[in-house]
Amino acid sequence: MTLACATVSIATEGCRAVSDTADIAAARLPPEQVAANFADAHPPLTPHEALVEASRCYFCYDAPCMEACPTGIDIPGFIRKIATGNLRGSALTILEANIFGGSCARVCPTEILCEGACVRMAEEERPVRIGALQRRATDWLMEHEATPFARGAPTGRRVAVVGAGPAGLSCAHRLARHGHDVTVFEARPKPGGLNEYGIAAYKVPEDFAQREVAWLLAIGGIDIRHGQRLGRDFDLGTLRREYDAVFLGLGQAGVRALGVVGETLGGVRNAVDFIAELRQAHDKSAVSVGRRVVVIGGGNTAIDAATQSRRLGAEDVTIVYRRGPGEMSATHHEQEWAQTNGVRIRHHAAPHRLLAEGGHVSGIEFMRTKLDASGRAVPTGETFTLAADMVLKAVGQVFVADPLTADGSLLLATEDGRIAVDAQRRTSLPDVYAGGDCVAGVDLTVAAVQDGKIAAEAIHRQLMG
Amino acid sequence: MADLSTVFAGIRSPNPFWLASAPPTDKAYNVVRAFEAGWGGVVWKTLGEDPPIVNVSSRYGAISYNGVRVAGFNNIELITDRPLQVNLDEIRRVKREWPDRAVVVSLMVPCTEEAWKAILKPVEDTGCDGIELNFGCPHGMSERNMGAAVGQVPEYVEMVAAWCKQHSRMPVIVKLTPNITNILAPARAAKAGRADAVSLINTVTSITGVDLDRMSPEPVVDGQGTHGGYCGPAVKPIALHMVGDIARDMPGYPISGIGGIASWRDAAEFIALGAGTVQVCTAAMHHGFRIVEDMIDGLSNWMDAKGYRTLDDFRGAAVKNYVHWGDLNLNFKTLARIDQDLCIKCGLCHIACEDTSHQAIAARRVDGKRRYEVIDAECVGCNLCAHVCPVDGCISMVPQPSSLPRLVWGQHPNNPMRVREAAE
Ligand SMILES: Cc1cc2nc3c(=O)[nH]c(=O)nc-3n(C[C@H](O)[C@H](O)[C@H](O)COP(=O)(O)OP(=O)(O)OC[C@H]3O[C@@H](n4cnc5c(N)ncnc54)[C@H](O)[C@@H]3O)c2cc1C
Ligand SMILES: Cc1cc2nc3c(=O)[nH]c(=O)nc-3n(C[C@H](O)[C@H](O)[C@H](O)COP(=O)(O)O)c2cc1C
Ligand code: SF4
Repeated sequence: MTLACATVSIATEGCRAVSDTADIAAARLPPEQVAANFADAHPPLTPHEALVEASRCYFCYDAPCMEACPTGIDIPGFIRKIATGNLRGSALTILEANIFGGSCARVCPTEILCEGACVRMAEEERPVRIGALQRRATDWLMEHEATPFARGAPTGRRVAVVGAGPAGLSCAHRLARHGHDVTVFEARPKPGGLNEYGIAAYKVPEDFAQREVAWLLAIGGIDIRHGQRLGRDFDLGTLRREYDAVFLGLGQAGVRALGVVGETLGGVRNAVDFIAELRQAHDKSAVSVGRRVVVIGGGNTAIDAATQSRRLGAEDVTIVYRRGPGEMSATHHEQEWAQTNGVRIRHHAAPHRLLAEGGHVSGIEFMRTKLDASGRAVPTGETFTLAADMVLKAVGQVFVADPLTADGSLLLATEDGRIAVDAQRRTSLPDVYAGGDCVAGVDLTVAAVQDGKIAAEAIHRQLMG
Repeated sequence: MADLSTVFAGIRSPNPFWLASAPPTDKAYNVVRAFEAGWGGVVWKTLGEDPPIVNVSSRYGAISYNGVRVAGFNNIELITDRPLQVNLDEIRRVKREWPDRAVVVSLMVPCTEEAWKAILKPVEDTGCDGIELNFGCPHGMSERNMGAAVGQVPEYVEMVAAWCKQHSRMPVIVKLTPNITNILAPARAAKAGRADAVSLINTVTSITGVDLDRMSPEPVVDGQGTHGGYCGPAVKPIALHMVGDIARDMPGYPISGIGGIASWRDAAEFIALGAGTVQVCTAAMHHGFRIVEDMIDGLSNWMDAKGYRTLDDFRGAAVKNYVHWGDLNLNFKTLARIDQDLCIKCGLCHIACEDTSHQAIAARRVDGKRRYEVIDAECVGCNLCAHVCPVDGCISMVPQPSSLPRLVWGQHPNNPMRVREAAE
């Protein structure tokens, strides 16, 4: 299967095009080496390390870190509880605000969130390691307690959630705590959304995403139906009729195309598909990767695709981004992480033409760019070429509105190409809410969790009000 | 380079840093290592009568504070558990090999004249420089009417000190227990008994913690615990106070300061409050003997910077400023000043003052940014904010100019005694 050269294509799993000539291969490194490369990139703090780190927290009044956390976790509060050995209390403080506290401890770009705001940054540029401490507490709880949260007394109300990603499950969990019956419709065979299919493997090793979802579902009252795709297997109208409220946590199903000649060549893949394949591979060394890989894009996805290619054994990996380092949506920390992994990052160049050899990509011609007055990249006319056995496209995911249409017209309002919502995450339809990547805002796990939580509270008020 | 040599109650040592009577001075092996490391003297682990005492297994407890180990230390050990003659032989050998170092021998025997007389002679024969009478041990020995049981009764302190002066020619140092209401009583008793000096403090009666699984005080000995003696950094303030009291009340009387000393700065503080030498136990047990290197050159560098050539140049220099509360100037006023450039916006000053003191620090937002500001009219100058502020130099307490004369409580209008005086 090849991808159509449209401006947007649906990300597809398992789409792989391998030619006989191009150097794309599995098992570039010994299996033990690959296993080590995909083990926990940041191992947990030991109890003593956690205690010492927790003692570094000043227990700020009106703590800036809390304000910087999209889910508003009482950070000084949970850290103090680690310092006193009250790990259960600490974890509950976290999970009360963010049921995906375990994931967030591992995947949040803390340098631009809580840790970036920690007052110790101002003091010594060495923030309290809030993420690592959060992991200490949540790991402890998940090891010790099947479910600390009880399902609320049944209200008899039924809510449909579409999408079992962080947004959908956060919403579902909060609704279950309020006693509502929740049915989650999920297109994919496994729950977790991008926690399961997208996040870099070494951030959540040992099947953490599935363990966390299973732990979260232990509250009961949440029924997940897999293989159920909105727009194909059911429609929004039916849901609205059969349920008291609906939450849409659809994420972004589409990927942006490069829009250049040669996009359908063998060896050219969507970075998210490559990443999903890698995440689903039990034995990572069975995943094929090019000897020379070029990744196009400047966000998380580009960083993760490039870094994981290197860790699979690709010899030469280059990220090419059309603007400068400051414009990349990947944080400085993530850029450094890729570079530490031997990834080269080239700036101010945009793909111009994919070069082919026998139907397979052999290289890319790039056009150098410069920023115009409005900060957009404009071509300079100058070109250069990079040889490549594999090209990974990571120029952005986009929301696909098709499932929300009837007779070709949209059922609800959109804003900047995504579902429009108010502060309560309510859409233009009174009983339909939405959150996560399918609404405008930063595309982060923690933001999706907050959306789901806010929507659940609003739904609860609406249903009980 | 400053001269750190010391003569204390007639005992010479190249520097004022002695190891206190405790495990670090229990035998020749340790003491020789200590001298090699540079310690100026030792007080040998307390000797007693034969047969030697027996120690329990599981002996120490410790307080770890926010991950910092041994902020306070506690033990339930007794005096030496080695035969008297073994110790005496080793003391003789070590003193012969290290003639320039102070070797003082700590003693504790039952409270009879015969018992004291009997031990003094063989100890004196070792050639040691003096003796220290352990009237301080608060556990085990006190239940046998020794140690703190003696130190808590000034009459006994005087009596035993007098026996030792009478039956030996050695300098006698009386080691005082802090487990007493007023340290001056035993200190005066020691002097009355003609002791040459006092040393203090011995350990503070304590339970370091309770093991909440075994439901036993720590350290746990086969499921049970007992009170022990507390020492280490946590007890330094208690020790300083007691040293200061004696220095103020008994000018010129030699004091060996002990309790929580871990650095040259700690030592300098004790000396400024009147100590002639200082003794160390916990810090050495925590870090090993080489901490003395920093103590020696740290003290001497500081003295050089201050222009002090000998220890006598600043010994007791802070005693005249250690006054009774009633001598403090009530018209003095100091105010908190926050350096906004250093402020990291932790808000600790605000919440401390707001919740627990005088509501004198306003929490504001200026253009969305946090800003903490002192309200001068409310600030009483208590120092709390400056103590809780995590940033050095960010909050300073600034004395305010005043046209008012010095005013002490004795003359204050609110003092009923003063009013009565005036009415009379
Ligand atoms: C490669 C990559 C790496 C990332 N790394 C990080 C990171 O390190 N840290 C971080 O904070 N964020 C990261 N993100 C972003 C983060 O993963 C997302 O912001 C987050 O997962 C959004 O959650 P969501 O629930 O809105 O959507 P998703 O996680 O995308 O979940 C949406 C779910 O809805 C299902 N679905 C979609 N359409 C339908 C339909 N029509 N019917 C039924 N079900 C449907 C999907 O199968 C999916 O399970 C990364 C994203 C990518 C792509
Ligand atoms: C394990 C241990 C055993 C001690 N044994 C004695 C002793 O035999 N005789 C004595 O006079 N003091 C003894 N002490 C008290 C110390 O000499 C010293 O007075 C006290 O520890 C305070 O000093 P520091 O804070 O430097 O430890 C002992 C202390 C410890 C920790
Ligand atoms: S900002 Fe830093 S020091 Fe202050 S409470 Fe948050 S983690 Fe602690």
